[in-house]
Amino acid sequence: MTTTSDAIATPRTRSRKLPTELSILAVLIGIALVFEILGWIFIKQSFLMNQQRLTIMILQVSVVGIIAVGVTQVIITGGIDLSSGSVVGMTAMIAASFAQSADWARPVYPALVGLPVIIPLVIGLAIGSLAGVVNGSLISYTKIPPFIATLGMMVSARGVAKWYTKGQPVSGLTPEFNFIGSGIWPVIIFLGVAAIFHIGLRYTRYGKFTYAIGANPQAARVSGINIERHLVKVYAISGMLAGLAGLVTAARAQTAQAGMGVMYELDAIAAAVIGGTSLAGGQGRITGTVIGTIILGTMTSGFTFLRVDAYYQEIIKGMIIVAAVVADQYRQRKRKKV
Amino acid sequence: MVSPQTMRAVRESGATPQSEFLLEISHARKEFPGVVALDDVSLQLKRGTVHALMGENGAGKSTLMKIIAGIYTPDSGTVQLRGNDIRLKSPLDALENGIAMIHQELNLMPFMTVAENIWIRREPLTRFGFVDHRELNRRTAELFARLNIDIDPEIQVSYLSVASRQMVEIAKAVSYESDVLIMDEPTSALTETEVAHLFAIIRDLRAQGKGIVYITHKMSELFEIADEVSVFRDGRYIGTHAAADVTRDQIIREMVGREITQMFPKEEVAIGNVVLSVKNLSLKGVFDDISFDVRAGEILGIAGLVGSGRSNVAETIFGVTPASSGTISINGEVVNIATPTIAIQHGMAFITEDRKETGCLLALDIQENMQLAVLQDKYTRFGFVAQGELSRTCEDMAQKLRVKTPNLAERVENLSGGNQQKVLIGRWLLTNPKILILDEPTRGIDVGAKAEIHKLVTQLAHQGVAVVMISSELPEVLGMSDRIMVMHHGRATGFLDRSEADQVKIMDLAAR
Repeated sequence: MTTTSDAIATPRTRSRKLPTELSILAVLIGIALVFEILGWIFIKQSFLMNQQRLTIMILQVSVVGIIAVGVTQVIITGGIDLSSGSVVGMTAMIAASFAQSADWARPVYPALVGLPVIIPLVIGLAIGSLAGVVNGSLISYTKIPPFIATLGMMVSARGVAKWYTKGQPVSGLTPEFNFIGSGIWPVIIFLGVAAIFHIGLRYTRYGKFTYAIGANPQAARVSGINIERHLVKVYAISGMLAGLAGLVTAARAQTAQAGMGVMYELDAIAAAVIGGTSLAGGQGRITGTVIGTIILGTMTSGFTFLRVDAYYQEIIKGMIIVAAVVADQYRQRKRKKV
Repeated sequence: MVSPQTMRAVRESGATPQSEFLLEISHARKEFPGVVALDDVSLQLKRGTVHALMGENGAGKSTLMKIIAGIYTPDSGTVQLRGNDIRLKSPLDALENGIAMIHQELNLMPFMTVAENIWIRREPLTRFGFVDHRELNRRTAELFARLNIDIDPEIQVSYLSVASRQMVEIAKAVSYESDVLIMDEPTSALTETEVAHLFAIIRDLRAQGKGIVYITHKMSELFEIADEVSVFRDGRYIGTHAAADVTRDQIIREMVGREITQMFPKEEVAIGNVVLSVKNLSLKGVFDDISFDVRAGEILGIAGLVGSGRSNVAETIFGVTPASSGTISINGEVVNIATPTIAIQHGMAFITEDRKETGCLLALDIQENMQLAVLQDKYTRFGFVAQGELSRTCEDMAQKLRVKTPNLAERVENLSGGNQQKVLIGRWLLTNPKILILDEPTRGIDVGAKAEIHKLVTQLAHQGVAVVMISSELPEVLGMSDRIMVMHHGRATGFLDRSEADQVKIMDLAAR
C-alpha cells in the first residue's frame, strides 16, 4: 500500500474474480465421477451414461430446487424460511381442490369442477404468496426472528393442509392441471424460475437491495432502503415459489395429500448452503443454488444406483451437507486473510 | 527457544532474568497471500515506558501488534520476552506470559456482568465447584478501586457506554498482572475527561514498571503520554525516537513519506441562503430544544462530549429516529422527515459515525457499496439497474476520491479505514446532496486520508453544499467549521463563530 499519489492504482475495471460457483461445480463433477468409478467397480455399469437416470435425477429435485430459489433470496437477506415444505402441502391441497375434473366421484366442491386450469394455478401462487406476506410482515413489523415467524407458519400451514379435507387426499385432477407436472416440465419450471431470479438478483434494484439488507441492515436503512417493505417482498416471493412447488408436486402425483413437502424446506436450505449462500447473509447466488440442488439429486440418485441402503443414504447425506459448509467456511477464511 | 509453559513457570517462580528490554522483536517478517504485511521490523520495549507505534492504516502496526499478542506467528525473525526467545502460539499463550492486548473492537460479552467478563476462565470457585460470585465481585471492586474506575461490578456490560467498556477492557488486561500491555487506539471513542482518566491509569502502570505499546493516530496524545515513538510505513520499520526530541512534523513526514503542509485547508466561501433550518427539535429523553440554521456553503461544526446527543441530532434530522417534536425545514419549507428515504429525497446525505456498524456492506465489493444510495431513484429502468453506466460513474468517483484499490470488485472488508470512508463519501456524493451531514468523518483514519477528506469537504462547501459536521477532535472542528454548536446533556449550550472559537471555550461549553 503506497501513499504517494503517482502510485495509486487506477480503479478502471471491475474485473470479476473466479466465481465461487466454479468450485461448487467442481464438487458436483467430483461426486458424479466418484459414483461413475464406484459404478464400474461394483455393478459394472456407468452412472452418467444413462439419460433416463439423469433425467429422473433432476426431476426428483426440481421441486426442492424451485423452493431453494426462494429460500436462497431469504437467506441472502440474513433470514431463513422454514415454512416452505408446509406451504407446499397447503397449496397443493387447496389448489388441487379447484382443479378436480367433472367426472370425479367425490370432489371437494361439487359446484366447482372442471374449472379452467388458470384458476387453481393462480390460487396456488396466491396462497403461497399470502403465507410469505404473513411471514415477512411478522418479521418486519413485530421484529420477531425469521426462524420463529417461519417456524410458526410451518406448523400452521401444515395444520391447514390437514384440516382442509380432514386428512383426505384430493384426487381426480384435470389433465390440464396434471400437465405441469408431466414429463420434464418440472425441470423446465425449475430452471425457468432459477433464470428469472438469477437475473432478478444480479441486475435489478430488487436484487441489489436484497444483498445490501443482508450485508448490513443498518447501512441499508441509512441509505434510504425501506427494509420492512423489502423483506415482505422477499418472503412473499419465497412463499410464492413454495406455492409453485406445491402445484408442481400435486400435478406430478396427480393428487394432493396433506403430507406433501415434509422436510422440503430443509433440503432447500441445504441446497442453498451447499451452493455457497452464506447463512450470515449478504452472499449467495442462484447459480450456486441450482448446482447445490443438483448435488443433492446426484447423491440420492447415486446411492440408489449403488444400491446403498436407504438408512446409510441419509447418514451419508447429512455428513456431506455439513462437510460442504465446513469446506466453504475454510475457503472464506482463506480469502479474507488476503 | 523456551516454550511458553517454561517461561510461565520461570515467571511464576519469580526468577525472571533482568534483561535490558521487556520485549524485543528483531527482523520480524509476516506475509499473507499476495501481501507482505511486515518486512524486517524490529521493536524494543523498555520497562516502565509507553512506546507509541505510529503509521498510516496499512503500515503494519496492527500486524506487529498481533504478533506481540500471539494472534499471528511471524514467518521469520525473533521475539524475545525478558531476554528469552519465545514463540507465542495463541493469544492465551501471550496472556499467560504477561502480554495483554486491548483491542480496538471491544471484546466483551454484552450479556454477562462486568465481573464475569473480567475474570472469565479464572472465576473463583466455592468448595462445591460453583462460581463464587461474592468473591468475584469483591475482586473486581478491588481492581476498580486500584484503577480509580467507578463501575458497578455486577452490571451487565450491555448497559455500559463505549467509554466504560473500554475501562473494563483495561481493567481486565491489568487483572492478568501483565507486564506488557498493548493498546490499540484506546481513546478513539473517549471524551477528553475520559482520556485524562485513561492517561492517569497508563502513567500509574508505567510507574509500576510495565511496558505499554500504544497505537494511536492522534499526534497530541503521542506527546502527552508516550516516552518513545516507533514509526512504520508500508510494512517497514522507519525509526524510533524519544518522544521528547522529535517534532510532530518530523513524525508525520516519516509516516507518510511526504510533507503535509496544510491539515485544514479551510477556504473562505461565499455563504448563501439558509438551506437547512432546525427549530426546537427534540427527541424524548435524548435531546431537547435544538435549533440552528445552516446556509449553503457553510460548515456547521457540532462539538460536545460523547453522549451529549450530537449523533442523535444528526440521526433525527436524517429520519433514522424521527423527532418527537420540533420542525425541520429545507429551503424554507417545513418537511416531515420520518424515514431516511424522505431525507434523501430532499437532498440530504449522512455519513454515519460507525463505518462498520451503519456504513459499509463489508461482505460486498466497492461497486455495490458505492451505488447503494443513488439506486434509490436513479440508474434504474423498469427495476433493472443500468450497471454499465453506473459502473463508469462509480469508477470516476473512486478515482476522484483517490480510493486505493486495484479495481472496484475488491471487497470493502479488505480496505483500510480511510479508503472505506472514501467509498462511503462516494456513495453519498453520487446522490448530489445539497445538505451533507458528517458524523466523525475522520475517526480512525490515517493522516493522509484525513487531509484528503478535509479538502473534499471544503470543496463541497465551495460548491454550495450545506455541511453539518460532528467531531470529537477539537482541532478538526475548529479548523473546518464556520460556526460551532456545542452540546451538553442533550442541549445546545452555545454557538461560537469561527473567529472567536478556541479549544478552551468549546470545552467550557461542552463540560459545564
